[in-house]
Amino acid sequence: MQATGDWVDHCKELATTVRAHCLRMTHGGQSGHVGSMLSMAEILSVLYERILRIDPANPNWPERDRFILSKGHGGAAVYAVLAEKGFFPKDWLMTYYRDNGKLMGHISHYVPGVEFSTGSLGHGLPVAVGMAIAARHGGKKHRVFCLMSDGDCDEGSTWEAILFAAQHRLDNLIGIVDYNKIQALGFVKDVLNLEPFAEKIRACGWSVREVDGHCVEEIESSLKRIPFEPGKPSWVIAHTIKGKGVSFLENTVSCHYGHVNDEQLALALRELGRLS
Amino acid sequence: MRSIFNKVLLDLAREDTRIFMVLADIGYGEIEPFAEAYPDRFFNVGVAEQNMTGVACGIAMEGNIAVTYSIANFPTIRCLEQIRNDVCYSNTNVKIVIIGGGLAYGALGMSHHSTEDIALMRALPNMVVVAPGDFAEAEAATRAMIAHDGPLYYRCGYKQEPPIHEGPIHFRLGRAIQVWDGKDATVIFTGTIGNQAQAALRELLKEGIRCRLVSMHTVKPIDKEAILAAAQETGAVITVEEHVVQGGLGSAVAEVLCDAGVYPKKFLRLALPDKFVSLVGSHEWLLDQFGLSARKIQASIKGLLQ
Repeated sequence: MQATGDWVDHCKELATTVRAHCLRMTHGGQSGHVGSMLSMAEILSVLYERILRIDPANPNWPERDRFILSKGHGGAAVYAVLAEKGFFPKDWLMTYYRDNGKLMGHISHYVPGVEFSTGSLGHGLPVAVGMAIAARHGGKKHRVFCLMSDGDCDEGSTWEAILFAAQHRLDNLIGIVDYNKIQALGFVKDVLNLEPFAEKIRACGWSVREVDGHCVEEIESSLKRIPFEPGKPSWVIAHTIKGKGVSFLENTVSCHYGHVNDEQLALALRELGRLS
Repeated sequence: MRSIFNKVLLDLAREDTRIFMVLADIGYGEIEPFAEAYPDRFFNVGVAEQNMTGVACGIAMEGNIAVTYSIANFPTIRCLEQIRNDVCYSNTNVKIVIIGGGLAYGALGMSHHSTEDIALMRALPNMVVVAPGDFAEAEAATRAMIAHDGPLYYRCGYKQEPPIHEGPIHFRLGRAIQVWDGKDATVIFTGTIGNQAQAALRELLKEGIRCRLVSMHTVKPIDKEAILAAAQETGAVITVEEHVVQGGLGSAVAEVLCDAGVYPKKFLRLALPDKFVSLVGSHEWLLDQFGLSARKIQASIKGLLQ
């Protein structure tokens, strides 16, 4: 068992490593969505370091916790974590978005350690619900986690699944929202306001917690307590900042579709302390 | 036919505990025995076809067989992206069952007609497309559906369709069934419209025109051998389907013929026109309006062969 300080430092370090990988990958691939990747770095580092029961040597271990990234456009961040955890060689990362590459832009189950492919929003939660149903039916103890974006919560299919999961009291299901409050064309409050977000989800029958999505201790403390209430699915609203960690990307709409140029890459990596 | 389907599925679910039913508040009077017998494997998601398909996919990904079930185009077009991205891309064991293909729901109107489903479903990689013609095919197709490992679309009839086959059938996915032989032309049908085609051929027989009748119960993968043999041995090929003319059985048959460089002397696709139905009427009346009643099919074939 790691001492508290050790794991906190380790998770923070992994989150920074993931950010550096994502900046390099999207820069190399000239691809978008870097802001969506940076906002969920701590959520992913805590999940993979502290919460998910997984085995990199055996990605299909039947008892593993299931993790679905519904915001498939941020897939590079999951690829980065999986590479760091040893699911596949790190040199795959720089093939992201390239001709004959190993890693496509939106997350794909062809990559070891990836449970499910997404890319169009609103697909993750219904599938996670089905997996949770199957786990309960089979008397299995594993949990099913689904990480969504705020854009995911625009989709009707997500709300169909929210209603259904509560109806069936799926307390082996955990929805996490990387609530960075910016979607493709603008701020969530201006495009399609989700507030009062927690109250809405609670009214649908879920147990809801809100955390600082960049504080690894808060994320860990919350996810260690699932299910928050027996007989209810758990929902975590992780308040995050789009583009987190890079000053000129933070909280900008442009970083949704953007990537950094050569000069910006150097600046960003310097800010992260990862300029080699 | 829907009753046969539900009865066989119920029987199969007794032996095979992997079978789940996931439906979207449709099936009154048919699905209750399954719901009562296997409540832990039966889920009514409410009127929510996208969630129905996603949930089915998640259940199937855990080693189960999930059957989604609804009428007409509700479990296909409403949730087409879930079928494409979730079910087909993952190649999971989800079976999509519709009751009432084509114009079966007659006067209910365009929203309840499933007339583009075959084209859409057969465009999807990993998808098998099945449309049984009568009860015998429906029973065999249900068993084949469960035995098949992967996504499958099953277009089920809605009512008491008469038998097409006289004796026992040998049903295999992807292999057409020759109902009877003939030398003047071959009529290839898929699904319950086969009854109309068969009745038309019986009338033509009285006039001395003998056509081969082939049930293409599996539109994908399609039986290329049966199609090429039809063109080479009978010289004329007529396809009959309760589906828009673009992209369905007729298109699939034409693709096989052209790809093989086998050109029948005569070729005709009997199907619904490329337009939405604005007429009001029963299933049978609508079929007649669109040239798919037995007498209209008879006239079309006779015209082609003259």
